[in-house]
Amino acid sequence: MFAFLVKRTLATVPVLLIVAVLVFLLLRLTPGDPAAIIAGDAASPENVAKIRENLGLSKPLVTQFGIWFGNLLAGDLGESYFFKMKVATLIGQRIEPTLALSFCTILIAVLVAVPLGVLAAWRQGGWLDRALMSFSVLGFSIPVFVLGYLLIWLVSLKLGLLPVQGYQRIGDGFGPFIRHLILPSVTLSVVYIALIARVTRASVQDVLSEDYIRTARAKGLPEARVLISHALVNAAVPILTVIGIGIALLIGGVVVTESVYGIPGLGRLTVDAVLARDFPTIQGVILFFSFVYVLINLLVDLSYLLFDPRIRY
Amino acid sequence: MSSVPAADLSTEAANVFERPTVWRMLARHWAVRIGGVAMLLLALIALAAPLLGTVDPTLFDPGSRDLLPGGAGEITTLEGESVKHTFLMGSDSFGRDIYSRVIYGTRVSLVVGIACALLSVFVGVLAGLSAGYLRWLDMPLMRVMDGIMAIPGILIAIALVALWKASLVTVVIAIAIPEIPRVTRLVRSLVLSIREEPYVEAAVSLGTSTFKIMFGHILPNTVAPLIVQGTYICASAILTEAILSFLGVGLPTDMPTWGNIMAEGRVQFQQFPHNVFFPGIFLAVTVLAVNILGDGLRDTLDPKMAKRA
Repeated sequence: MFAFLVKRTLATVPVLLIVAVLVFLLLRLTPGDPAAIIAGDAASPENVAKIRENLGLSKPLVTQFGIWFGNLLAGDLGESYFFKMKVATLIGQRIEPTLALSFCTILIAVLVAVPLGVLAAWRQGGWLDRALMSFSVLGFSIPVFVLGYLLIWLVSLKLGLLPVQGYQRIGDGFGPFIRHLILPSVTLSVVYIALIARVTRASVQDVLSEDYIRTARAKGLPEARVLISHALVNAAVPILTVIGIGIALLIGGVVVTESVYGIPGLGRLTVDAVLARDFPTIQGVILFFSFVYVLINLLVDLSYLLFDPRIRY
Repeated sequence: MSSVPAADLSTEAANVFERPTVWRMLARHWAVRIGGVAMLLLALIALAAPLLGTVDPTLFDPGSRDLLPGGAGEITTLEGESVKHTFLMGSDSFGRDIYSRVIYGTRVSLVVGIACALLSVFVGVLAGLSAGYLRWLDMPLMRVMDGIMAIPGILIAIALVALWKASLVTVVIAIAIPEIPRVTRLVRSLVLSIREEPYVEAAVSLGTSTFKIMFGHILPNTVAPLIVQGTYICASAILTEAILSFLGVGLPTDMPTWGNIMAEGRVQFQQFPHNVFFPGIFLAVTVLAVNILGDGLRDTLDPKMAKRA
């Protein structure tokens, strides 16, 4: 088991390294002076010269990457000339809303999708099964921002139940915090629910045809126990996998949802940075999101050990 | 005495044993029918856009700003003439006709979707064939693909469009790049299983060139899964383009795209929600149609994959 842990953890190193190279190259292989691009449109020539000095632009590409990567390892993501602060500080300031939104979304998605998927698999071909499959195609097709505006229009403007937009820090009281978070999380969770429910259904369906399920039923276990402790637990690995892969979808959705609901998180920061052509921030945010994505998938893979004792590698 | 003509007998017998052709199987599947008809309709709308009671989608008239759907007003042509015009879906804050913009937006969405699918499948096939058949290339190429896949696709697209000047071509390339690894992985895995097939071994033992084996023997057997994959890429590319335009980082804002119309409409969403909803409905229906078509194609062309999903 220890060998698996180490092996799987080390396997993320080359992936992260390649991500770093790709993000680095993004700026260097673009026509134009990287220093001028980084400094932004309103930069003075002295500033550009200083940045060129810091990046070591006169040195070979490999040396440049070395300097950049060294800073990266030290936690230095560079300096945003638009926001006038360190990119790492900037990310730190904007992380709370994004974390809250993502956490709520995953919570809603898992709590809704897993039971639905299990029930659909249990009564295969029944009305719930067919409704769920139709919903999942629909969920993949309806754009996050269209859904977001639909919910704002219906719930906030017509019914007046929840605030229209904005974000309240958790420090300013839990009630307002949750009230502002409900609509964005529901909006964002729809695609995720579609994805998780579909895989849960397929995975539980497979397990339900196993012999040990028949045995469990034959010895008179209540059906709920058969479904949960026999079927669902054994179907967990593909479900966990898709939750991990879905994080990429979630990150894309965060960027859009935060813009629709005016939430000052990392997704909004990404868009603001792109509109301001603030490349150090763009690079920093991409690196950060990719790192989180790879890390979560590592944790997901490691969690297989809990659910499937056969995995020992 | 009457006898059954021999010719009839033979056709009857042929009907019994005839295997349904791919086309007939496709035409029989409900999802292919619905998705296909919807796509044809959208393609027709895109082609016939000038004939559908539209005006030039970039025209505006300061006197016709913020009209409600069905409102009557005027629009100024390029020649400077004022023409009476009914704004079926209302007008935006510049006084442009939303109906015309939505209808012309169909063109942009379909072109982007199809171009992204073709481009990513083309590059993915070349990369996948090379990785699967040329051993020395396999490792480095797939590591790079892993790296691209570790970056959420929309972020790659946003960053690339920000670096390049936004145009139809750059947006298509930026959206296609994050899709390439998936195609590459698919083709590579197909190649790895196909290359063990007896007919490929036979071709190798006869001294057929690597090039001919890759393109003449292996490629044709990857077509069905690629059509399915390409359809899904088309759907997600249409969505991504709309997202980029909506965020203001996509195609130039005066271009009539669904995302741009929504980006313009969101400012006044509380007073005029239809500016967001009309293009939103077109977008959702289009993506849904492509996805349904994809599901139908998968069920018919690629039954193995259908089982997995």
